[in-house]
Amino acid sequence: MTVRVSAIVNGNQVEEEVEPRTLLVSLIRDKLGLTGTHVGCDTTNCGACAVIMNGRAVKSCTVLAVQADGAELTTIEGIGTTDQLDPVQFAFWEKHGLQCGFCTPGMIVTACQLLKDNPEPTETEIRRALSGNLCRCTGYVKIIDSVKYASKLKKRGATSFRVEQRRLSEKPTWSGGPGDNP
Amino acid sequence: MNPREFEYHSPTSLKETVATLEKYKGEAKILAGGQSLIPLMKLRLVAPAHVVDIGRVRGLSYIRRESGFISIGAMTRMSEIESSELIAASLPILRDCASEIADPLVRNMGTIGGNVSHADPTNDMPAVMVATRSQFEAVGPKGRRSLSATTFFKDTFTTELLEEEVLSEIRIPTARYKDGAYVKLERQAGDFGIAGVAASLTLGKDGQCKECGIALTGVGPTVIRALRSEEKITGGRVGASSVESAAELAAEDSQPVADLRGTVEYKREMVGVLTKRALSLALKRTRARLR
Repeated sequence: MTVRVSAIVNGNQVEEEVEPRTLLVSLIRDKLGLTGTHVGCDTTNCGACAVIMNGRAVKSCTVLAVQADGAELTTIEGIGTTDQLDPVQFAFWEKHGLQCGFCTPGMIVTACQLLKDNPEPTETEIRRALSGNLCRCTGYVKIIDSVKYASKLKKRGATSFRVEQRRLSEKPTWSGGPGDNP
Repeated sequence: MNPREFEYHSPTSLKETVATLEKYKGEAKILAGGQSLIPLMKLRLVAPAHVVDIGRVRGLSYIRRESGFISIGAMTRMSEIESSELIAASLPILRDCASEIADPLVRNMGTIGGNVSHADPTNDMPAVMVATRSQFEAVGPKGRRSLSATTFFKDTFTTELLEEEVLSEIRIPTARYKDGAYVKLERQAGDFGIAGVAASLTLGKDGQCKECGIALTGVGPTVIRALRSEEKITGGRVGASSVESAAELAAEDSQPVADLRGTVEYKREMVGVLTKRALSLALKRTRARLR
């Protein structure tokens, strides 16, 4: 037995036949090919699979695809592209809010919902909002900095950034790396 | 990890829900937000043949002020309770609890009805329900019935609900047991609690405690009502010495088991500490309101 699931994913109407036991994250990754959403722990702990469903960030490994029937979904692919980075994505880059990058889609999706609900969160509010997203690299300091910076960028009215622009205008902000030793 | 295969049902009314539950009695499981059920199904700890998703049942998500109580629809999400101004103003104990369950992403899906009827001993809502003397409205083949939280929780994952019944509404008194607090100790954010304590009070004009509810999370096969602690507080002035004895009694009456979250001794000790904190916060809130 299969069930039909129709939803709006990143602005596009999609319709798929799935088994009732299919998880939302499988629908997103395997059926729709949107592999930016990651499966980390697969046990509702890490938040790498976070997507926005009807305006709220949820763990897509713990939602049945059929529960999303009729819903509006935003995955990391719907947040921004390399030509048009969302201020949150740009802030994570600028403030080094990632190392391996595995948790980053979930972090960004969750941060986007936070900033939508609360455009100028305090550090405590940021920490609380991201408490369901685990990062095993950064120690969170840079992630918190990134969300704070994203809040500032949005307040200044920034809507999107282009990767290329950033690259061309970039000047080295560090010196004294291993190669520079006299 | 996928759940085992099941047949999916998505009724749109309570009547249809009950009919489906009756038809597949013993083989069906109700899916609300799924934040407990789906992980269990993925780990194959449960494998129901039929899943009845009540997410499409109309009119099960609301928070309303009624005369003497606040009613909350079973499908109301934890995040909605956490951000409700009505709850923040009239039932801070519920806000304490809702905002400490799991993590924000889980709270965006998890529902109060699911948390209550799942009856995991580490679920936080049952203790608040018992301490506030809440009522549960259940709908079954013979119609509606009202169940009292103090007798609802029978054992681990076991409640008074019949297999063909569905919880539809939670009623939390606001006239009595008005001022309360819920405190919880976690090893890390989002983990199941080591222990939790819910305390609520009704203070008379003379400052004497007329009614008191105290219940414990995660330190027994199901939620534990700390009856002797309640009796210690009720009928007198709430002060340092009565709070101290109530805390000692709660620690004694808890039934923790040793696991990776702590030893029996440690958990008992923590029940005492948390009972003191919950009662103190409840008292502080009462006094702030009466001032």
